[in-house]
Amino acid sequence: MIEKADQIFVLLLHWLVGFLPASWQHVASTILCVATIVLLYPALFAIAVLLERKGLGRMQNRYGPNRVGPFGILQPVADGIKSLTKEDIVPFRADALVHFIAPLVLVVAVFMGFAVMPMGRNMVLVDMDASLLFFFAMGASTELSVFMAGWSSRNKYSLLGAMRAVAQMISYEVPLLLSSVVIVMMTGSLSLVKMVEAQNQYTWGLPHWYVFTPWGLAGFVMFVIASMAETNRSPFDLPEGESEIVAGYFTEYSGFKFALFFLGEYVGMFGIAGLGTTLFLGGWSAPLAALSVVPSWIWFFGKVMLWICFFIWVRGTLPRLRQDQLMNFAWKFVLPMTLVNLVVAALWRFMGEGLLRWIVCTAIVVVAYAAMGRVEMRRERLGPRSYRYAE
Amino acid sequence: MLGEGILKGLAETAKNFAGSYVSKERLTTVQYPEERIPTAEAARVFPFLVYDGTDWEAGLRCVACQICEKECPPKCIYIEKSKDKKPDYVGKLQIFPARFDIDVSVCMSCQICVEVCPFEAIKMDTEFELATDDRFEGLLRHRNQLAKSNEYYHKIHPTEAAEVDARLAEEKAKVEAKAKAAAEAAAAKAAAEAAAKSAAPADAPQATAPAKPAEPAPKTTGGGE
Repeated sequence: MIEKADQIFVLLLHWLVGFLPASWQHVASTILCVATIVLLYPALFAIAVLLERKGLGRMQNRYGPNRVGPFGILQPVADGIKSLTKEDIVPFRADALVHFIAPLVLVVAVFMGFAVMPMGRNMVLVDMDASLLFFFAMGASTELSVFMAGWSSRNKYSLLGAMRAVAQMISYEVPLLLSSVVIVMMTGSLSLVKMVEAQNQYTWGLPHWYVFTPWGLAGFVMFVIASMAETNRSPFDLPEGESEIVAGYFTEYSGFKFALFFLGEYVGMFGIAGLGTTLFLGGWSAPLAALSVVPSWIWFFGKVMLWICFFIWVRGTLPRLRQDQLMNFAWKFVLPMTLVNLVVAALWRFMGEGLLRWIVCTAIVVVAYAAMGRVEMRRERLGPRSYRYAE
Repeated sequence: MLGEGILKGLAETAKNFAGSYVSKERLTTVQYPEERIPTAEAARVFPFLVYDGTDWEAGLRCVACQICEKECPPKCIYIEKSKDKKPDYVGKLQIFPARFDIDVSVCMSCQICVEVCPFEAIKMDTEFELATDDRFEGLLRHRNQLAKSNEYYHKIHPTEAAEVDARLAEEKAKVEAKAKAAAEAAAAKAAAEAAAKSAAPADAPQATAPAKPAEPAPKTTGGGE
């Protein structure tokens, strides 16, 4: 029974595909899986948008949307209808083809990442050996879409926003990759499925999640920071700084193309949250051995939604960074921390079992964090500005 | 250490989030169509015409002098004078507006019509839901829509309305005193004439005195409540 609940989607797929002749089964099952992913994440997107608007409202002591349907739960439907029926405006001098393709590229690239994501036991579309690499390759191609959008709009705000976005995403791509490299070092594999399997073990009922090790925790924190920057979430949402550059690279997008950008952003968030869950929080494995009776897919999506809630919480708390602060933070703090973390992970690997490695690794991580926070992130004393030519 | 401030901030927003479900005082939002804040006494949106008593047509204070029509900066008032006359609050016969229209879409709520009106006939309303789906006829307010009772005026602007009533009562008293004085003078004159003519002086002033204050006195006291 437990087994069946856990594998319900896999069994359902096999049952559905069983009606077809054997030669078609492989293609049909792939199409079904893709269709499920493509339908599931927009549905989650709608839930996340509602959660975000309600949650942010509550954090600011407001009600949030509460007009459409009971408690405003139909708000995403209203938003969807609105963006579908809005006029699609393309600037007169815009590069129409690139302008049209940009949101599609984003959505496609973002959805591709889910192909390798293990969403439950045996629930992975493509069990690739280098799935982590594939995910990052797909994640990096969203930058292309952002720049296409900014460039083709022929608008200075769009272009500035795109420049900012690309600079930011490339800067944070490095710590994002380096913080996940420690997991690769530990598991000795680039396969996300193997990573989850490695974490799906229990000692005294407690899981072997990587986040419960010194290097895992440090990597997790750096991964969260980098993932927020990578998905353009607040406090790193400079590419769409309303106060300076209207809406950044999607200034000139309206109607459903804008909705596609919005969707791409949120689905990207789900992707990065799913990856973080898989890498550090044990993917679909239960937080306690006793809770393994609950189906694995519930744990995966539960963790992803928790991650999204954390993103919303941070968005409700922190103001937007300045561009130089953003870059300083990436290159002076997050990147050195991930590099130190690599050394810590290597130490952990070669020091053998025992209490000593816990003490040494924790000490190194804490000291590095405190020292780097103090030295690299110290407030710059800015003197009065002097003008050489203007006066 | 780096990040302490962030943790403090996160705690603060978490407190707000949880607190907004627990204590109602945190949520300051007034959910407008269902809940409303009472409008401020000095609020002004759109003019209305004041009438005394219960019949709006008979009690209308406006005498169609057309001062407001001339003074209105955006020219949103349109008045047509009546052919016949009706008694005003002191009982004097006056013409009245046969037609009094104000265009909501043109009015800029400047209150100049109120400032210039010598008869306290036009005042500012606090009703602000003037939107309509008919942009021609629906936005033009006719005199039957504009006419609102003195009681309503007291409800929305109590202090101002009390002052206006006091002023009107004073004016009316003055008119009455004048009429009384005139009547007394006339009576005295008649008496003097009668005395000069014959020897029967006492009856004449008593006959004229009860006739003059009868009609308008209860009207003002009723309006002043």
